[in-house]
This record gives sequence, structure tokens and C-alpha cells, in this order.
Amino acid sequence: MGRIVGGIGLSHVPSVGPVVDRKRESDPAWKPLFDAYVPVREWLAKLKPDVAIVVYNDHVAEFTFDKYPTFALGAADRYAIADEGFGTRPLPEVAGDADFSIHLCEELINREFDLTVCQELGVEHGFLVPMNLCFPHTSSGWPVKSVPLQVNVVQHPLPTARRCYRLGQALREAVSSYPQDLKVVVLGTGGMSHQLQGKRFGFMNEKFDQWFLDELERNPESLTSLSHHKIMEQAGAEAVELIMWLTMRGALSPNAKRVHRHYYAPMTTGMGLIAFED
Amino acid sequence: MGISVREIPDTSIFDLRLSRRGKRLNRMCAALCSPAERDAFKKDEEAFMERFSLNEQEKHLIRSRDFKGLIEAGMNIYAMLKIGSATGNSLYRMGAQMRGETYEEFLKTRNISGAV
Repeated sequence: MGRIVGGIGLSHVPSVGPVVDRKRESDPAWKPLFDAYVPVREWLAKLKPDVAIVVYNDHVAEFTFDKYPTFALGAADRYAIADEGFGTRPLPEVAGDADFSIHLCEELINREFDLTVCQELGVEHGFLVPMNLCFPHTSSGWPVKSVPLQVNVVQHPLPTARRCYRLGQALREAVSSYPQDLKVVVLGTGGMSHQLQGKRFGFMNEKFDQWFLDELERNPESLTSLSHHKIMEQAGAEAVELIMWLTMRGALSPNAKRVHRHYYAPMTTGMGLIAFED
Repeated sequence: MGISVREIPDTSIFDLRLSRRGKRLNRMCAALCSPAERDAFKKDEEAFMERFSLNEQEKHLIRSRDFKGLIEAGMNIYAMLKIGSATGNSLYRMGAQMRGETYEEFLKTRNISGAV
């Protein structure tokens, strides 16, 4: 049986990528972030998940606005490292689990989530930075297989917060109905508060972010009524990525136990971390 | 009419109307995900812009590195990161310009400005 054993909400700030590639994790400005992941990695090493489902958004690397899916699921045995305009990062390609992905596609579409199915998909910082933080790679690969689940959080109209949460609930049912023994973690990525354009560039709101973390732990259903407008107004236009954390939370049981939490906002993004064991 | 997004001060919300306006610009930026295209852009910016059928106003915004203007013309912020990279303008430099500040002034507003 497939089983969801944990969920993590975490930011996917692109500048983390070069820090990892140049081994600058102990630089004073970055150490607080990477230190927060030490216990998370230890926890994950004990959980031993087989697969990470990564709920993320692409940043105009693989998906362009000519054709833009609302939800897209990877269904391949490998995912290339995409060049998002700054060169291809020196990372091993990401192993997928196509059989499991196909099962997810069948189950999710049967539950009326009409996904775009991707048999070829490159992944970029939205996917890779969370993987870097949680699952350190070696030259031969990554410690888990992955399933990328891409959400449109860029070109409005976006799926609602409630729709994202329900996708998580459907994902839980889909994972539970997988006939093989498989331990799964779900990563909900992006956010927290940030705005990257306009005169309000650099806007952050720690109070909102801490409130969101509190609610995600204790009262996640209430977050499903958040409008995109409210998130963007309170936490910056790009903070709307937080709806992807609701897919992660929806995939967990309501009483999943929070095991880690951290917040660090050095530059322009409230970088949040919350981990649940299920 | 569909339900469009409500405005937020000093904020651009990238919706379908803006995306349609910025289609040429965003297509050009998306091409910069290829090393060969980045070289082509750096070698002959004018020819590159011509190839993507930019209008005169759009060309002017690119030539003058007017990032605030490009966002208003429908360029998506993530597309803009690629043109920023190809022209030596980091996100934070573009951000400072959009705020109407120098890069140094902007850095002073940050909690830990070493995390770049």
C-alpha cells in the first residue's frame, strides 16, 4: 500500500541554488537557513521515504504562456535539469517513478482533477531548491524518487486555495490506493511573503507568515477560504504561491504532528519551513 | 466579462490581459533559456528583438533597461529574470530600479543584505 508519511512546506528561493553549487552553506548570511534543515534531513533519513511528490511552480523555463496548464503532473522515469536562463546547474538528473505517476494520473483524473500529463519535463529552481534543502544529492543521484506536480500560481486566473487543498485530499486517496508498499512525502513549495515587481518590490510580512504557519498546523481548513487577493495584498503578489502548501496539507491527515518549524527572512522572501509527520 | 483581479497599489498582477499584452516580450525572454539564444541576444540585441517582432515601444524599453516599464508592458517577472541575467542585472538590481532606489539604498533596507 502507498502511504503518506510526512509533509513539508518550504520556500523555493532561487538564490539558494548557487549557494549549494558553490558550497557556501556555512556563509554567515546563509547558515541560519541551512542549519534549520539539519534536523529535517535527520528526520527524513529515519522516515526513509521512497518518493517525494513535489508541488511546485515552473518559472517560464518548461512552461511558457503560449500554453499554460493549471495542474501538470510528471509521468516519467527521469526529469532533466532545466536551464531557466542562467545555465544548467551541475546536478544529477532526477529519478522519477513512472508507474506510480501513471497510477496518480488515473486516480486523480478519475476524481475530476483533469491534469496535464507530462512524459518529458525538465525541472528548475521551484522543484530543485526544495530538493536541495531536504534531500542532499551525490554525484550518482538523489536519495528519493520524485513526482513533480506543477501548479499555475503565475498567470491569473489561478486555481483557488480550496481547489489546491482538495487536490491534496485527492492525492492522499490516490497514494493510499497504490497497491505496492511505498512511503511518500509531499513537499508544498513557494512563498512565503514576497513581491518581486512594482514599487512594492521587496515587501515582506512576517506577521502574516507566522499566522499562516500557525493556521496550517492547527486550522488548515480555514486557510482554504483565503482569496488570492487577500494573500497578495497582505503578503505580496508572489506570496500567492502559498496555495501550493495547501495541497501538501490537504494530503496529510488532519491530526498530522508538526515536527519542525523555522522562519528566516534575510533579503526579499520570508523563507518558511514547516514539517509534519503523518 | 470574466472575474478579473482587483488592483493592489504599487503591484502588478500578471493576468491574461497583461500576458496577452506582453506576449512578444515573454516569448523573447523564454528563448533565453537556451545558451545559443543567449549568445545570439548578446551578439546582436537589435536583430534578436526584430526576430521576436517587438514593436518600437518594446524595443525602447529593452534598450533602456527600463524594468518598471517592461513589467507594465506585460513582461512577466520570471521572464524578466532571464533578460536581467543576459544583461548583467540581478533581481535585486532590477528591484532597486523598480523601487526608484540605487542598489546600495535598496540593500540598506534589507534584514541581512549578505544573503545574495
